[in-house]
Amino acid sequence: MEKTTLYNYILGIADNNLILGQRLGELCGHGPNLETDIALTNIALDLFGQTRSYYQYAAKLSAIYKTEDDVAYLRKEREYKNVLLVEQPNTHFGFVIARQYLFDVFNYLFVEKLQHSKDETLSAIAKKAIKEVSYHKRFSGDWVKRLGVGTEESNQKMQEAIDGLWQYTNELFEMTEVDDLSVRGGIGVNLSELKETYFKEVAEVLKEATLTIPENPYFQKGGKQGIHTEHMGYILADLQYIQRTYPNMTW
Amino acid sequence: MTLIQEPKIESQLRDTLQTVSDPEIPVLSVLDLGVIREAIEEDGVVKIKLTPTYSGCPAMDVIGDDLRKAFTAKGKIVEVDLVLSPAWSTDWISEEGLKKMEAYGIARPLSETKDKDALLGNQKLVKCPQCESTHTHLVSQFGSTACKALFKCDDCQEPFDYFKCLK
Repeated sequence: MEKTTLYNYILGIADNNLILGQRLGELCGHGPNLETDIALTNIALDLFGQTRSYYQYAAKLSAIYKTEDDVAYLRKEREYKNVLLVEQPNTHFGFVIARQYLFDVFNYLFVEKLQHSKDETLSAIAKKAIKEVSYHKRFSGDWVKRLGVGTEESNQKMQEAIDGLWQYTNELFEMTEVDDLSVRGGIGVNLSELKETYFKEVAEVLKEATLTIPENPYFQKGGKQGIHTEHMGYILADLQYIQRTYPNMTW
Repeated sequence: MTLIQEPKIESQLRDTLQTVSDPEIPVLSVLDLGVIREAIEEDGVVKIKLTPTYSGCPAMDVIGDDLRKAFTAKGKIVEVDLVLSPAWSTDWISEEGLKKMEAYGIARPLSETKDKDALLGNQKLVKCPQCESTHTHLVSQFGSTACKALFKCDDCQEPFDYFKCLK
């Protein structure tokens, strides 16, 4: 498999983690209560840790970006390949939990398969990540149920979040050219194979949470091609500000 | 259970390794924690393979630096490499380490199935490190660090950290 394909494949995985971690990081000190605040930032920490492992590997393959920090701080918006779901804002706690859950279920199925990648580094990162991701999924799944069956208001807010974010779920399974080539090379995960399990599992939990799945949804996509929603620029402005203003600055 | 090869740690390096501790649980040395997967001396260079407990554990950078400092102070040249595979498990914490952890006020990890029951609140299994009662409840799935959950004892009323089982 070509080096650039592998590089782009790694970014596709890692960017999801970085951008979702950044969104969760925004909640540091702003969580609805102390325990949830700590939980969400702990999840962010796991996601950043995984991102670092992926970016360190990507930096070894890149001719332009020499370190993990370069990969995170110097790329432009179009070079980011994360799905649209993870860049959606922390509108309210219902959105934070719905976004997390819809991603965690996918992420678990994904890293479970990535463990069997022929690429030793990706396999090792996945074997480490799966333990963390299974815990994230447990946390977010519990909250989906708790808010769904909680009060009338929590149910309504949770439903609003599911309705708002559902349009971004299908993109998780979009197979790009990079995905196709990686699967053929024995390195990548065939996302279309995960789709049925994903929607089945999510449907069961939403049912238990007395929430409904939107009927006849229109699905958005573009993130995996580098075409993002209007939120992405703001995230990167925040994330990259220091390096853009003071190039090469270090701690 | 998967069989994990014993880490290859040369005996002359043990004393120095024992002085390096986890900055977040200072009573545990890196050997107690089981994060040193290899420590050998080759042509005057100490080569250490370190594995993280959790991917994003900020203690890892500090531990790496502390290892370098400890061996440099002994006049050695040292190389520290981070290895991810096989992934760290709480099974690698030594029995001595578990005892030190409990004495420090952190409840030790339960077995995998019991851990799940405890964290889902199905059963009261986590023992309070202060009064040894198992009449405890989960306050938060995430505690002060990535590796811990927060519990509270219903008998002595003390809150405490529980070291989550990771396998």
